[in-house]
Amino acid sequence: MELVCPAGTASMMRAAVEAGADSIYCGMADETNARNFPGLNFTPEELADAVRWCRARGVNVLFAANTFAPAGRVDSWQRSVDAAVKAGVHAVIAADIAVLAHMRDAHPDTRLHLSVQAGAATPEAIGFYAREYGVKRVVLPRVLNLTEIAELMRGLAVETEAFAYGGLCVMAEGRCALSSYVAGRSPNQGGVCSPPDAVEYRESGGHLAARLDGLMIDRYAAGEPAGYPTLCKGCFRAEGRDSHLFEDPVSLNALPLLGSLRACGVTALKLEGRQRGKAYVARITAAFRAALDGGPSNSDLLSGLAEGGRETSGAYKRGWR
Amino acid sequence: MELALGPLLFNWPADQTADFYARIADEAPVERVYIGEVVCGKREPARAGALAGAAERLERAGKQVVWSGLAMPATRRERVATLDMAGAGNGLVEINDATGLAGLGGAPFVAGPLLNIYNEDAASEMMRLGCVRVCANVELSLESIGRITAACPGLEMELFAFGRLPLAMAARCHHAHWHGLTKESCRFVCEQDLEGMTVSTLEDEPFLAVNGVQTLSNGLQTLDLPVAALQAQGVTALRLSPHLGDMVRVARLYEAYIGGRMDPSELRAELMAMNLCGPLVSGYLHARAGRHRAGAA
Repeated sequence: MELVCPAGTASMMRAAVEAGADSIYCGMADETNARNFPGLNFTPEELADAVRWCRARGVNVLFAANTFAPAGRVDSWQRSVDAAVKAGVHAVIAADIAVLAHMRDAHPDTRLHLSVQAGAATPEAIGFYAREYGVKRVVLPRVLNLTEIAELMRGLAVETEAFAYGGLCVMAEGRCALSSYVAGRSPNQGGVCSPPDAVEYRESGGHLAARLDGLMIDRYAAGEPAGYPTLCKGCFRAEGRDSHLFEDPVSLNALPLLGSLRACGVTALKLEGRQRGKAYVARITAAFRAALDGGPSNSDLLSGLAEGGRETSGAYKRGWR
Repeated sequence: MELALGPLLFNWPADQTADFYARIADEAPVERVYIGEVVCGKREPARAGALAGAAERLERAGKQVVWSGLAMPATRRERVATLDMAGAGNGLVEINDATGLAGLGGAPFVAGPLLNIYNEDAASEMMRLGCVRVCANVELSLESIGRITAACPGLEMELFAFGRLPLAMAARCHHAHWHGLTKESCRFVCEQDLEGMTVSTLEDEPFLAVNGVQTLSNGLQTLDLPVAALQAQGVTALRLSPHLGDMVRVARLYEAYIGGRMDPSELRAELMAMNLCGPLVSGYLHARAGRHRAGAA
């Protein structure tokens, strides 16, 4: 299986490649990609340099333009993918039908991947994108269990890429507006979930409160490690009972499931975390490289990295839902 | 400006569902009624009879019935049902997932609010496939809606105008999860909360509502703009999403608003007097956070 690793910056890209990535994925430094955080991502010139550097090492650059263009501004998304194609990227990853249609019409020879943000979770939906837009690979939504992935793969004419490690959306990707409802921007609209500039930590009454646009998302006792207030991982109250109602603050780790994913016929494994820095990407890449090469298990590399310190196999295993 | 009743998002018992639609058929001033299970395929079998009966009754009453498809079909049965619904012979249908798009045989369809149509190019692609109307994704501002309609002549544009907003879908059933169950073993606990289970912060500020695999807003969307402002942006229909309480009265209030007999602040005042399950919000229309209160400019 191909190992696809995150590159939020050029130094992350080099760290991922040196640790054994087969492909890296990255985006433009604007709202055309779903990790639109300050200090991350590439200019068109940096992207061209990155492609040259990777190509010399036999590594593919996958370019993510995976947010949805607001009405009246589709041309920005078109310029972004045009620049990426000019830079020589191996493939463009897109979710918006407007971007997919532009790729079909303007760049029919460039490989097109369907982003997880498109939420294509059935053979029919994937077939629709393959037929209408020439999609060659689909990034599988994190809603399927292994049995369903195996069934989905039967007779599927396109490649698949499955998330193996990192942040875990509890909601179906591309179909969640919780963040814009609370804080005005969401993955689809603005390329950011639970926007950092709306986050605030404040102490009161012996507790540390994590807030998003003023709304309390979680509360920590003194000395307890505080997490990032991602909306769907917050602690909330329903009918008088407090709980992490949607999901605990956990990370996805499918390292123990690599054999099953391979047996399903999955083409590529994707590691999440363009926002996490080069030390992080080096460690997760090395751990998965070793596992894929059949070497001794090196899961120690992953210890202490998970969000909230805990891991889950998410939807891959029955019972999560 | 047309009034439409959106699909029932909640898991109401079959009898209550039948009674609800009977009254809509007899009394509600809506021209179109979307009907069908959108949220969870597991609910479908128990409601199929009530919905089919309701469709007949609504049609006899002169309403246009539009079947609305699942937002996240997953099992073989759900996928086949989605494809069958989208296929020819069912009249106009509302598609809420790309699975349904794959089943279209060139017949006209409505692109539902759970499809990600955010701009004019995506809307044009939908039209190429036979889309005659878009019900705007709830995140869209009125300005964005205007840009889409301006670039897509002939496209009807429906606006989500009343009710808790459909914000998110998930593979996990949060309702079941909260009760210590899973989606597979859910015991249909979602039917205990007929307008969704309200979710509050630890400071008791309600902001979301759980409806099975769907997450809704706690606030109910309404309109705080003159109807002419909507028409100027190409809006041709308003969608009222079914809630408990008197939906016939809600429809009559919006009818008066459309007819210019009631201004937006009167509409709000009348709605607020109805003991709704949350505050009235309108932020998305103004390109702000969706929870922003209606009329708070």
